[in-house]
Amino acid sequence: MKLSGAEIFLECLRREKVDTIFGYPGGVLLNIYDVLHQQRDIRHILTKHEQGAVHAADGYARASGKPGVVLVTSGPGATNTVTGIATAFMDSIPMVVFTGQVPMSMIGNDAFQEADIVGITRPCTKHNYLVSDVSKLASTIKEAFHIATHGRPGPVLIDLPKDVTVNQTEFKYPARVDLKGFKPNYEGNVQQIKRALQAIKKAERPVLFTGGGVILSNAAAELRKLARKTQIPVTSSLMGLGAYPGEDPLFLGMLGMHGTYAANMSIQNTDLIIAVGARFDDRVTGKIESFAPKAGIVHFDIDPTSIKKNIRVDIPVVGDCRNVLKEMNRLLAAERGVPWKKKHAGWLAQIEEWRKAHPMTYRERKGKIPPQYVVEQIHKLTKGEAIITTEVGQNQMWAAQFFKFKHPRQFLSSGGLGTMGYGFPAAIGAQFACPDKVVFDIAGDGSIQMNIQELATAVQHRLPVNVAILDNRFLGMVRQWQQLFYDCRYSSTCLHSGPDFVRLAEAYGAVGLRITEKADVPDAIREAIATKNTVLLDFIVDREANVMPMVPAGASIDEMMLDDGKGKKSLPKQQADKITG
Amino acid sequence: MRHTISVLVENKFGVLARVAGLFSGRGFNIETLNVAPTLDPAYSQMTIVTSGDDRILEQISKQLNRLINVIKVTDYAGDVTYLNRELVLIKVTAKAEHRAEALRITDIFRAKVVDSGPAHYTIEVTGNPAKISGVIEMLRPLGIKSVVRTGPVAMARER
Ligand SMILES: Cc1ncc(C[n+]2csc(CCOP(=O)(O)OP(=O)(O)O)c2C)c(N)n1
Repeated sequence: MKLSGAEIFLECLRREKVDTIFGYPGGVLLNIYDVLHQQRDIRHILTKHEQGAVHAADGYARASGKPGVVLVTSGPGATNTVTGIATAFMDSIPMVVFTGQVPMSMIGNDAFQEADIVGITRPCTKHNYLVSDVSKLASTIKEAFHIATHGRPGPVLIDLPKDVTVNQTEFKYPARVDLKGFKPNYEGNVQQIKRALQAIKKAERPVLFTGGGVILSNAAAELRKLARKTQIPVTSSLMGLGAYPGEDPLFLGMLGMHGTYAANMSIQNTDLIIAVGARFDDRVTGKIESFAPKAGIVHFDIDPTSIKKNIRVDIPVVGDCRNVLKEMNRLLAAERGVPWKKKHAGWLAQIEEWRKAHPMTYRERKGKIPPQYVVEQIHKLTKGEAIITTEVGQNQMWAAQFFKFKHPRQFLSSGGLGTMGYGFPAAIGAQFACPDKVVFDIAGDGSIQMNIQELATAVQHRLPVNVAILDNRFLGMVRQWQQLFYDCRYSSTCLHSGPDFVRLAEAYGAVGLRITEKADVPDAIREAIATKNTVLLDFIVDREANVMPMVPAGASIDEMMLDDGKGKKSLPKQQADKITG
Repeated sequence: MRHTISVLVENKFGVLARVAGLFSGRGFNIETLNVAPTLDPAYSQMTIVTSGDDRILEQISKQLNRLINVIKVTDYAGDVTYLNRELVLIKVTAKAEHRAEALRITDIFRAKVVDSGPAHYTIEVTGNPAKISGVIEMLRPLGIKSVVRTGPVAMARER
């Protein structure tokens, strides 16, 4: 039987077991929306802005592990997706974005609502397609899902000219995909893994460094097994948080610009870094020349381009993190007689000293709510089980520092692109993926306004999503840099003009609460958790609180400012020397 | 260092833009680029001359390999024997007093005159980059009006 392009689109999504798509209609998509209207297998969530649709699909993907799916119209609908696609691309999130396009015969004529979205998104998609003929539609969709979810995941875009959605063809869904130019290497080279194991056995002060790849490849269980067996401490990039339990004694906290003292000191003094699914972003390494000066580096990653891109690597292993760790654990099981506990006891004791010397703390000023306290309370009152999304800025860093993540896929944040406006729609997507979980978007009063319109989406679907605004009436993170490096000249970072978030929430039909006293913080959070509707909590926090520790841009990661505004305190040299000898 | 890289790609819409975009987007340099279909019209062969240190060259190869439409990447850096040929058209001013000299140079380099007029010759030369530079240097004193080069194409020798 012949099907139209629109029907084929629907049938392909069914075959890919898609249950939810996020989108926004328009002229060239009328046929597809008409088909969607007449079925019940796939629910379409109408967001209020296409950027919101892409971030929601992204949040859905990060929380569930399944690819996110987006459907938007041509021209402005398509261009509105670009920030969301670039966000997903930087963080390797599997996603398939369908954009409508003007009919084939009109492409190139500057037709109404025509945009060359394939050209525009070429550098920020893993791959993209213009489907020029309905006969190629099914195989293109099959390929797109395959590419988005295999190897290092990423967003794939399919541009659908209107006539392709109308024309008919015989429907055949290919059983498998065979792409000559796309054969990711899943199994790590066993010889290399053995070399890595030898290096671990030899190392005196090893550290595991985890990135988003551990989460993407569902390798957390293998990672935990490896770390516990070998008693190797674990630090993480922002993207890897949750891979290793935040409250485990072996966990050092986050590494890098706003990393913990213990994590940064460990890296500067380690003799072996075992990096798993990380890409050594500049926010992690600081000044690259002085990063981990005494360390050999073992690097596991599925993407060869990540290896040796930013940093020298001694033992590269290209493969899926889970497979590589599994093989490592298998080899380790046969390694009897290595007294791991004893071998690393001195090193762990040194780390304990660092931890005690400069634990993660924050300043309290009388009569003010410390923003960090709000995050701590959300952690405590959700028993560390909530899914946390963040916006970008101080809110993001405090969430990363003070919420102790237990599970992978629990912390959803725009790490690579740093997209303000990500967190709220991502929280909506995560809540659709995990209806039984408590979801909080930890937000800033600047970022939340970038996609605040999605309150309407959340309320429409009665989503119990919570937004906790750490309201400092500043673009806080930029203000912090201005305070520290530009002599307190707060150029264009003051947000004194509102809005009144409580009334705004109410206008959308959500619940809005303003909290001005520290003593009221826990109850407000409890109320939000208990409320079945969407809740927006406006925490009026200490306006000039800063994210500390901080490594200034371009400094090496042991040159940390440790205290609020007190200036640079570099590491006590004698301590570093003590353990190198 | 200068490298010659062969890239076998699917002969599809937009592939050239992907490859070119990879270079421009990452700040890599393209000195020359040559593309044409292979014997099997489903594929095209690109020859790219680029330069950079080892780390950049390694990234270029890896990034090219990451493109879905790229089938194979060969960097000829380690191969001293590979064949490397370029075709050039050179239009020289050839007034009476220079005509004999122009023809002699053409002869020495086993080049060909493919077009001539009362005041010019157009000379076609093929060869490796060293030979091409040689011809151009020899002809320069006569007065070169214009030069068009294809950029090199490369192939490994059969062993
Ligand atoms: C879309 C976008 N524009 C600009 C920036 C630059 N930027 C980074 S953090 C920040 C301030 C964020 O302010 P706010 O959301 O209030 O959060 P806070 O830092 O106060 O927690 C800005 C402007 C960005 N990351 N994303």
